[in-house]
Amino acid sequence: MSKDILIIGGGISGITTAVEAAETGYNVILVEKNPYLGGRVTQMNRYFPKLCPPYCGLEINLRRIKTNNKIKYFTLTEVEKISGQEGDYEVTLRIQPRFVSHKCTACGECARVCPAERQDAFNFNLCSTKAIYLPHQLSFPYRYVIDEKACLKCGTCVDACKYGAIDLEMQAETKNISVGSIVVATGWQPYDATRIDNLGFGKYKNVITNMMMERLASPNGPTQGKILRPSDQKEPKKVAFVQCAGSRDENHLPYCSAVCCLASLKQITYLREAIPDSQAFMFYIDLRTPGKYEDFLTKVSSDEKVSLIKGKVASVAEDTNTKELIVEAEDILAGKKIKVSVDMVVLACGMQPTNGLSININRDKNGFITSEQGNGIYAAGVAKKPQDVASSVQNATGIALKAIQSLVK
Amino acid sequence: MDKKLGVYICTGCGIGESLDIEKLSKVATLGYKVPVCKTHPYLCGEEGQGIINNDCQAEGVNTIVIAACSPRVNQDIFAFDTNKIMERVNLREQVIWSQPVPEVIPPNEVSPPNEDTQMMAEDYLRMGIVKAQKTELLVPYKPESEISRTILVVGGGVSGMTAAIEAGKAGRQVVLVEKKQTLGGFSTNLYKQFPKQSPYQSLQLPPHETLVKEIEANPNIKVYTSAKIKKIAGGPGLFDVTLEQEGKPIEFRVGAIVLAAGFVPYDATKLAHLGFGSSPNVITNVQMEELAKKGKIVRPSDGKEATNVAFIQCAGSRDHNHLPYCSTFCCSTSLKQAIYVREQNQDATAYIFYKDMRTMGEYEDFYICAQEDEGIFLTKGEVVGVETIAGNNLAITVENTLLGENIRVEADLVVLATGIVPATAIESITEEEPQSTTEECKVEEATAPKEVIIRSDILNLDYRQGPELPQLRYGFPDSHFICFPYETRRTGIYAAGCVRHPMDMSASMDDAVGTALKAIQCIELTGQGKAVHPRAGDESYPEFFMQRCTQCKRCTDECPFGAINEDEKFNPLPSLTRCRRCGTCLGACPERIISFKNYSIDIVSSMMKAIEVPEEDEEKPRILAFMCENDAIPALDMAGVNRLQITPYLRVIPVRCLGSMNLVWISDALSKGIDGILLIGCKHGDDYQCHFVKGSELANYRLSKVKETLDRLRLESERVKIIQLSINEYDLLPGIFKEFMETMERVGPNPFKGF
Repeated sequence: MSKDILIIGGGISGITTAVEAAETGYNVILVEKNPYLGGRVTQMNRYFPKLCPPYCGLEINLRRIKTNNKIKYFTLTEVEKISGQEGDYEVTLRIQPRFVSHKCTACGECARVCPAERQDAFNFNLCSTKAIYLPHQLSFPYRYVIDEKACLKCGTCVDACKYGAIDLEMQAETKNISVGSIVVATGWQPYDATRIDNLGFGKYKNVITNMMMERLASPNGPTQGKILRPSDQKEPKKVAFVQCAGSRDENHLPYCSAVCCLASLKQITYLREAIPDSQAFMFYIDLRTPGKYEDFLTKVSSDEKVSLIKGKVASVAEDTNTKELIVEAEDILAGKKIKVSVDMVVLACGMQPTNGLSININRDKNGFITSEQGNGIYAAGVAKKPQDVASSVQNATGIALKAIQSLVK
Repeated sequence: MDKKLGVYICTGCGIGESLDIEKLSKVATLGYKVPVCKTHPYLCGEEGQGIINNDCQAEGVNTIVIAACSPRVNQDIFAFDTNKIMERVNLREQVIWSQPVPEVIPPNEVSPPNEDTQMMAEDYLRMGIVKAQKTELLVPYKPESEISRTILVVGGGVSGMTAAIEAGKAGRQVVLVEKKQTLGGFSTNLYKQFPKQSPYQSLQLPPHETLVKEIEANPNIKVYTSAKIKKIAGGPGLFDVTLEQEGKPIEFRVGAIVLAAGFVPYDATKLAHLGFGSSPNVITNVQMEELAKKGKIVRPSDGKEATNVAFIQCAGSRDHNHLPYCSTFCCSTSLKQAIYVREQNQDATAYIFYKDMRTMGEYEDFYICAQEDEGIFLTKGEVVGVETIAGNNLAITVENTLLGENIRVEADLVVLATGIVPATAIESITEEEPQSTTEECKVEEATAPKEVIIRSDILNLDYRQGPELPQLRYGFPDSHFICFPYETRRTGIYAAGCVRHPMDMSASMDDAVGTALKAIQCIELTGQGKAVHPRAGDESYPEFFMQRCTQCKRCTDECPFGAINEDEKFNPLPSLTRCRRCGTCLGACPERIISFKNYSIDIVSSMMKAIEVPEEDEEKPRILAFMCENDAIPALDMAGVNRLQITPYLRVIPVRCLGSMNLVWISDALSKGIDGILLIGCKHGDDYQCHFVKGSELANYRLSKVKETLDRLRLESERVKIIQLSINEYDLLPGIFKEFMETMERVGPNPFKGF
């Protein structure tokens, strides 16, 4: 019998389960496939409805991890194999090489000299980094990493590193662990906007997704927090927010992602704050701001530069000269078709549960992990259902108890 | 403890190039007579760690000062046994990374260190050494009496029962208290509940019967029904509960509390504009459940089967005259009840008039099911009138519909989808607030921001600040609700289900599991003498030097967690297991009698005294910033990481929370000749970011009083300024400091310099 808990996924849900279980007195092993912990929330500029930065809570959570010896974490790590049963699982982890060891002090000399570049996926390829890079400014662990695909293996960084932290020959390794229960907190991927033909993503540079908007608005993003449209780096004065882009749609995601209305309202506040003479148009099917979040809708909609229009967007077209975008939609309440020309379009793309976990686990038709597995394996956060950060944290806290129950049975 | 200090200066990451390390070492060896002072080019490497560990063993070093990178990194490397004191001096992010890089003079010579950068580093080293000298070893708090590991759950509805069952399954003892005769709560009113799992199509039985059976079968759970709480005294681990059951008092001790008091439906008599009260055939969604449960949905007026049923959504919700918020489950509830109507009679019609259909997440499937039923007619619209017409029928007029025109629908039954009011919002004790008796209180001009506590007669806490949980808005208990949703303002008391915010039944059950975990965790940490969130694991705690207390009550008033009561002689009576270690009491106390072993008025004042303030003619002003270590300090680190240049005249002292900022520090700093003081803390207000809820707000309030003092001293009030900063606003810091330096230039040097 093992008394340890394995948590797969080091996003806000996985981190929450880990610290809550550890602070209750249990040993946890947290694995994350990215080179850093924090998951999706590290890419967010602010949370709704308080408009506070995710790093604020993350800072506390990371401190809880750093100072608690009951938590072991592995980045660049995925689960390769699981066998056994509740209370007694054998798990094989596969750890990809970071090429930078614990000796790294994050002094940054390596990146300064590195001749190779890579597209920065953290910023949705809106900018690039060197092949050796710090994943992001608050990255934890605070260590550089090499993108194997971009690295020229020239060794310039190895020579520059005073601390002997870089090893270009580092190999992937496997590690076997025994655990009593497993929490799957693998989170979500943004729905692939290129699949939504009529909304122009991928065709027109100034059609971006809601996650890209988060990066544009973030002080540590590709534009240092300035909202600039990609085609010419000018401030957009008129921006359309297209809700349910690929959601509540049988051809795409049939469900509602539960966060996009609030996320777009939040992003409208980014725009209105950064560019005071800007105008926002939000096209929606239903405004879903449940519970106390209603106050946030009231607050944002009271801004006269914000138009909330009930109607699904039929198409987005581009004026090739001006790069302006023409959004065609039905204004249902006015009972007519309307066309609005804007400088930028933000698609409110939904959340798709991350797949590709090499273990057997019951999922529903949309890929969300069902609650009752009955074998000491539990799902937390968006792996279980589409939900916002507050609900994910709430859920992940409870899942810590479920995972503990499997150990004390 | 006889301290033997060791100072270890790392010269890596550019520190050695930017600073005169020999001169820096002399600060320790000559200035403070530190017996061991070593430098290393790579202190966090194995060799560097080895040197420190060896000195501890061979030389008896037990107080370690690490002058290297930010204390926010390499915690695991610079970690020592609890019998050692360790202090970190941030030479990297806070000094050399935010100051000019020394030029390289060809061929290979580096320019001498910048004088200002060197002074900055030396001051920080002095401050670190002094802090290490003044810090004492921590001894975890152990209460005098035995702590209880039992969990009290207040409320026997679905949330409360779930919390009890889940804690029981983890092997914990639980006491469940319900004011009604039976368990089950609101769930017992329901005929069915809407689907809870994929494919979200068929209605399910409400969960209470299964839960009641589980409770009965669990020997770990003791149930008291028809019982109410008369009083809860004490704190986590030591809550002494007095119940009253059938007139008899029952007393016991518990370790932590889950508050699952539930909700009441919004009072429909306030909805006359929707016809409630004027026709018996206008009912609420709760009455609809009763009808369905009885077996047949009939019109109350004549008992005739209802075949044309209209549902009015947001009846008294999302409405500033009623409940401004949305109750989250009424949309799904009406869809469910429309299905009742359709299941009862294939020819019946249900109309649902909504503002927005809020079937979040995968409940969308349930909405689609209803849409596909041709007997369910759904439209967005605003109901402007419900009137009784011939035959006790009702006519509903709806504006702004999707059909582009106003419509009028006749129905034989109208169901109002009313929302919820948390039990904590209902004031049931209306007795006068006890008046403050002491005269001193009345003289005071400004008062500290007060919390709103509604006397809902649920917990009846014997806390000086009030008997229930402080609320934020609409009667829901305040919590740090995005990142740390379980943290209420009363340590060890966790709210579950609809008292926290409106949620449906499965969300309430999920929520309840989390509170059970938090309750168990709180007891575990309390048992080890450690703090709970956000300083989980902290073994320091405030100690009161009571002989000098003047009973001013500031600490008891200002503690954001209500941790301090009063004894019969009006002295503060701290309940240390309630304490979250923010230091707000330390900041509040004008007599400076409250201290932590590693954080006190004296420690911080001594650190300030260690700063060398140049004479006026040197034209090197000094500004001091007290910065919140949770948000502002990480932002300052980030500014360094980004090599943002910051004025070299700044010195920073991290504080646990801006609420722990004591005004005496300001007068100490000014009398020492510091030119200006910045207080940088978290944003306050309704969307507060302070991890201790109102620390930064309290600092702001205290500052309102210091300005008058400054004016009287003929010191310009601009010399002290408070700034609200978010953790990600690091890019603003250079500008904030620059602007403040400009102000200092304008007001001129502090006249107390050199005194």
